[in-house]
Amino acid sequence: MFSTCSRVLKTNANFASILHRFESTLVIAEHNNEILSPITQNALAAATKIGGDITVLVAGTKCSSASEALTKAPGVAKVIVAEGDAFKGFTPESITPLVLATHKQLNFSHIIAGASAFGKALLPRIAAKLDVSPASDVIEIKSPDTFVRTIYAGNAVQTIKMKDNVKIISVRGTAFKPVSTEGGSAKIETAPAGDYKCNLVEFIKQELSKSDRPELASAKVVVSGGRGLKSGENFQILYTLADKLNAAVGASRAAVDAGYVPNDMQVGQTGKIVAPDLYIAVGISGAIQHLAGMKDSKTIVAINKDPDAPIFQVADYGLVADLFKVVPEMNEKL
Amino acid sequence: MARVLVGVKRVIDYAVKIRVKPDKTGVVTEGVKHSMNPFDEIAIEEAVRMKEKKFAQEVIAVSCGPAQSQETIRTALAMGADRGIHVEISGPEYESLQPIHVSKILAKLAQEEKADIVLVGKQAIDDDCNQTAQMIAGVLDWPAGTFCSKIEHGQGDLTITREIDGGLETIKIKTPAVLSADLRLNEPRYATLPNIMKAKKKQIKKMTPKDLGVDTSPRIEVVSVEDPPVRQSGSILPDVDTLITKLKEAGHVK
Repeated sequence: MFSTCSRVLKTNANFASILHRFESTLVIAEHNNEILSPITQNALAAATKIGGDITVLVAGTKCSSASEALTKAPGVAKVIVAEGDAFKGFTPESITPLVLATHKQLNFSHIIAGASAFGKALLPRIAAKLDVSPASDVIEIKSPDTFVRTIYAGNAVQTIKMKDNVKIISVRGTAFKPVSTEGGSAKIETAPAGDYKCNLVEFIKQELSKSDRPELASAKVVVSGGRGLKSGENFQILYTLADKLNAAVGASRAAVDAGYVPNDMQVGQTGKIVAPDLYIAVGISGAIQHLAGMKDSKTIVAINKDPDAPIFQVADYGLVADLFKVVPEMNEKL
Repeated sequence: MARVLVGVKRVIDYAVKIRVKPDKTGVVTEGVKHSMNPFDEIAIEEAVRMKEKKFAQEVIAVSCGPAQSQETIRTALAMGADRGIHVEISGPEYESLQPIHVSKILAKLAQEEKADIVLVGKQAIDDDCNQTAQMIAGVLDWPAGTFCSKIEHGQGDLTITREIDGGLETIKIKTPAVLSADLRLNEPRYATLPNIMKAKKKQIKKMTPKDLGVDTSPRIEVVSVEDPPVRQSGSILPDVDTLITKLKEAGHVK
C-alpha cells in the first residue's frame, strides 16, 4: 500500500515538473497612451528568464503605439489589447477584472509587471483576487518558482520559493536588461470583452513634472542633490552639471522634504531605485534609506565636505570639498 | 461620520543597521530596537486628524504580531487612536506571516467593526512589500487610494492626491475605501507624556487569526537571507581634475 502511495506521489511530482516546463507568462504593459514605458521592456526580460510563452496585455484609452511596439519585441507570442474609456487613468480597479478575465481564458503560470508606481498599485490587488501571495520588486529569477528580492532597505537579500500555482511578481527594472522592441513578430488579439468600468473610482488628473532630461529610473548618468544644496535655487548648479553629462537629476529625501525639488525626484527605499553607470551624489550624507535606492550603480561619486559622511563608504571616487566650489568647477571643465 | 481602522506594524527601528543571522534564516531581531513602522505613524496621524476635523468618529488601531506588538498599539493610542485590536501571532507563524494574511485579517476586521476607511502605511520598512493596502482593497472589493500625499473628504467620497512616478495624480474614490499613506501625507505628532498615561487606560482587544477564520499557512517559503554584496572601497581624490580624469578613463565622460 505504501508503494502505491509513493508511486502516485512520484507520478504527481513528474506531472508537476512537466507543467513547469510549460510556463506561460502574462506581462502587463505600462504605457501612457502614447508611448510604452521602458520598464515594460525590463519586465519582458524577466519573463524571458522564466521561459515559456509570453503574452503581453496592453490596456488603456489608446493602445495602438504601445501594442505596435510590443509586437516587435522578440519572444512575445501574443499582444492582447483592451482599449476603452474604462481604463482611463489605468486604475487597478478597472485593470484587475480585465486581467482576471484574460487569466481565466489563458491560465497563466506567471503574471508580471515592472515595480513602478503602476505595477505596485495593481499587482497585489490581482493577487488578492486570485488568493495568491505576490512577490514585490524581484531582482533575480533563479527558477520558475524561486526568486530573489531585497528586504530592509536593500541591507539583506532574500531568496524565496513561491508555492501558489500562479506567481505574481513585480520586477525591479534596473535588475533586468531591457529587451529590444525590434525583430519580433507577435500577433495582436483583442482582450476578452467585459464591462471593466469601475464606478467606485474616478480618475481626475495628473500633474507630471516636465523635463527634457532623461527619465530618472532608466538614465545612464544620475546627478543627485541633498540637504547640502541648501535651497531649490542652488539645484541649478546640478541641472547644469546634469546637462553636460546628459544625466537625470535625483534627490535625497531631505532635499524633497525641504521643498528644494518635487517628490518624484526622490531616490531611495521609498522613492525610485536607480542603477545608472554613473551616480554623482552631491551634498548627500548617505543614510541607509538613500543608499537603498542607488548602491547598485556601477560607479558612485560622492561630493561632500564631511569626510565621515557614510556616502564615502560606498563611493568609488570621493571629493571631500565644498560642493559650491567643486560643482561649478566641474561645470566649467566638462 | 466615518469609522477608521488603521493597521500598524512593529518593525526594527529605521535607524538600526540590521544584521543577517549566521545561519541565513533571517535577520537578528532579538534585543534589537523596534518601533512603529514610519509609514504607519503617518497613517495613524492622518486618522487622528480625520477625527479632529470631525470626519471620523472613531479610530481603531490594529496590529498583527507577537505580544510586543501591543507596545506599537499603545503608541498609536497615545497618538490619539481610541482603541486597539491585537491579533496575536507569534513564533514560526509570525515569521512566515505575509501581506496576504494580514490583508485578510484586516479585511475581516473592517467588516466586523463596520469601518468606512482602512488606512495603512504604503510599505513596511522590513519586508518592503508594499502590498497590504492593495490586497485589503482586493479582498473587500473596495477602491484603493495608494501612496496618498493628500486626502480630502467629500460626501461619501474622498479626493486623493497620489504620488506616482512622474509626479502627482488625483483620483476620486467612493467610501468605503482603503488608503495607503506616503511619506508626504503629514508630519506625525509626538505622543506626550499625559497622552501616554491616558493610553494605558484605553482598551486593547486580543484575538487570534483563528477567531477571524483566517488561515495563516505560509504561501511563500524563505529559502535564505544573506548579506548584499559588499562594494569595494573607493578612493578619495584630491581635486576636480583628478575626478574628471578618472571619469574619462572609465568612459563615463568624453
